[in-house]
Amino acid sequence: MTTHAATAQPSYLVDTGKRKGLLAWLTTTDHKRIGVLYLYSMISFFLIAMGVGFVMRLVQLTTFQKLITAQTYNALFTLHGVIMIFLFVIPGLPAVFGNFFLPILIGAKDVAFPRLNLASWYFFMAGAILAVLSLFTGGGAPDTGWSFYAPFSLKTGTNVSLAVFAAFVLGFSSMLTGINFITTIHRLRAPGMKWFRMPLMCWALYSTSWIQLLATPIVAITLVLVILERFFGIGIFDPAKGGDPLLYQHLFWIYSHPAVYIMILPAMGAITEIIPTFAKRTIFGYKAIAFSSMAIAGVGSLVWAHHMFTSGMSNLATLLFSLLTMIVAVPSAIKVFNWVSTLYKGSIDFQPPLLFALTFIFLFAIGGLTGVMQGALAINVHIHDTYFIVGHFHYVMFGGTGMGFFAALLYWFPKMFGKMYSKKAIYVSWFPIFIGFNMLYFGMLILGMMGMPRRYYVHLPQFHTMHVVATVGSWFLVLGLLTYFGTLLYALFKGPKAEDNPWGGVTLEWTLPSPPIQENFETIPTITHGPYHFEQESK
Amino acid sequence: MSEHVHRDDFGARLGMWLFLVTEIVLFGGLFIGYSYMRYKYPMEFHHGGAELNATLGIINTVVLLTSSLTVVLAIVAIQRAEKKRAMAFLGTTLALGVTFLIIKSFEWAAKFHHGLYPNAPHLGTLPPGEQVFFGLYFTMTGLHGLHVIAGLSVLSVMLWWVATDRVRPDRYVHLENSGLYWHLVDVIWIFLLPLFYLAA
Repeated sequence: MTTHAATAQPSYLVDTGKRKGLLAWLTTTDHKRIGVLYLYSMISFFLIAMGVGFVMRLVQLTTFQKLITAQTYNALFTLHGVIMIFLFVIPGLPAVFGNFFLPILIGAKDVAFPRLNLASWYFFMAGAILAVLSLFTGGGAPDTGWSFYAPFSLKTGTNVSLAVFAAFVLGFSSMLTGINFITTIHRLRAPGMKWFRMPLMCWALYSTSWIQLLATPIVAITLVLVILERFFGIGIFDPAKGGDPLLYQHLFWIYSHPAVYIMILPAMGAITEIIPTFAKRTIFGYKAIAFSSMAIAGVGSLVWAHHMFTSGMSNLATLLFSLLTMIVAVPSAIKVFNWVSTLYKGSIDFQPPLLFALTFIFLFAIGGLTGVMQGALAINVHIHDTYFIVGHFHYVMFGGTGMGFFAALLYWFPKMFGKMYSKKAIYVSWFPIFIGFNMLYFGMLILGMMGMPRRYYVHLPQFHTMHVVATVGSWFLVLGLLTYFGTLLYALFKGPKAEDNPWGGVTLEWTLPSPPIQENFETIPTITHGPYHFEQESK
Repeated sequence: MSEHVHRDDFGARLGMWLFLVTEIVLFGGLFIGYSYMRYKYPMEFHHGGAELNATLGIINTVVLLTSSLTVVLAIVAIQRAEKKRAMAFLGTTLALGVTFLIIKSFEWAAKFHHGLYPNAPHLGTLPPGEQVFFGLYFTMTGLHGLHVIAGLSVLSVMLWWVATDRVRPDRYVHLENSGLYWHLVDVIWIFLLPLFYLAA
């Protein structure tokens, strides 16, 4: 690959308009700048929620402690869940890397609706601010857990209404981004960029956008109903008035289970970009990966009630949802096999993004397999509402989406900011992350099998040893994460200039200068072949 | 910064249709709740429906359907470069939308007068199924009413844009999209009418 010829046009990081500095950023309609705005806000939220998680682990160091009250502990896990889920994991990859790279990957100058895109970020920030306000106003921080289950969420005196409204606003942001991406992919592909020539990240974002579009309104209306119930007592979830709390659970999970795929699909997409670049060969099974994304989106929308096996449903319903849950594992496994097959006989160039991508595959495999275990009805009854669940979804959301996010950030950081980070420091950060992660969350899996219920702020003596192991793991994990972010932050200011194509990638973003110019492409490229076309292979 | 001029009417309509999908799913959640509750309480929903004024409901349906027609006529007029006529049709649409809201407010007022609103002492004495019926009635017609207000606001902007030539014969996709939204408001009402007013 040749380096890009010096270009006359300034990079997107340079202000050329009337407005300068912060104001120029806050009024930008450039998809790249909006992606960076999301990146900074999300990493801030992530660090806050990480701190909250850290405190929760400290609380579990003693069997009976007086560090904080039970009510505070309830508020902490609600806060941790709400921030991580609604402000980091759900919007994470689409809003940051989707915004920044989707138009570039399909050869476009921007998304279809740039102003709507900026509006989405403002909705996101408004939702975040409302969520923070809900902690300090009204009856105090919500104590319901991030799922806001009725009837408790209807009766508790804490400020659930505002927190729920915050989630509603965040849903708006998510929906509008989905509309924007679908329209962008349909309308703005460069000449010759056929559907099956798109990089697989675009397929992942496309399926994600459809889930955002079709599932988010359900949770929006459900949250509105919670607010109406709290203020006016409309009775739809209140058994005393003929309503049914189980209906809340159904409506909530009709969104919130597909939301799990909103979280994981774009991470899978990023991994699918990273693996061919470092294996230096085309992806194995392009169409299988593209269609498995759509299959996950489709089947994943029909499995929601596996969260409710112990809530009192008919046997037939539990059986069907159990079966569908098993089926959704198939397209996920197809992806894993394709990644591994791509690496097989590739000329592997081992670099930090690949290390994190492989970590993703390892941790996601554990998360996925423990998920299948929970899909089995008999096991589910035993482990429901235990630490096993907590361990499982951290393997999927953190080990999956989180590691996917970190891998994607390492992969695209040089392109986004034109700076290179210290690879050594990243390798150093990886060890505590990996060891700490597994101590913490595998410890939780074991605790759950032993019978430790989730959300308890004290524990019985027999659980103590594993709790200590998990807490020590959380120290390693936090240490590693701080090293990771510290390395990138240092690189942002002091890092050496990155090359245009540091990894030898062949998708469109690597044909641009680092950082890209404002309009991405001086001339829109014409595409003549598939996305992972490596020269040495075609020889 | 240099904003490139990019215009894609097809893309704009596609985006609008996708937005309408989200609106339908939003109401879809309520329709799921409705069907489940009606399955659970068929008799109570029958009695609840009998309390509603079907005549007013049907009049409102006619009002709203007519307003959908006038929006289409406004778009046709713009396509034919008949600006005054387009403005007249949009004005008619706005008037009909306001009429709908006025009739609706009379209905709601009557329900309040009879103590048939959530948390009312009288409603509390009725069987649970009827309480849910009126909870759903106020939620669904209320949310629909908000959509009517939103639609009217958008159409008012359109009237202004037609007057100031921001919507013109070679550039009317905004008006088309607003019309699509107004039709959606109409379609949802067409489902609400039989589910509540004709439930008896």
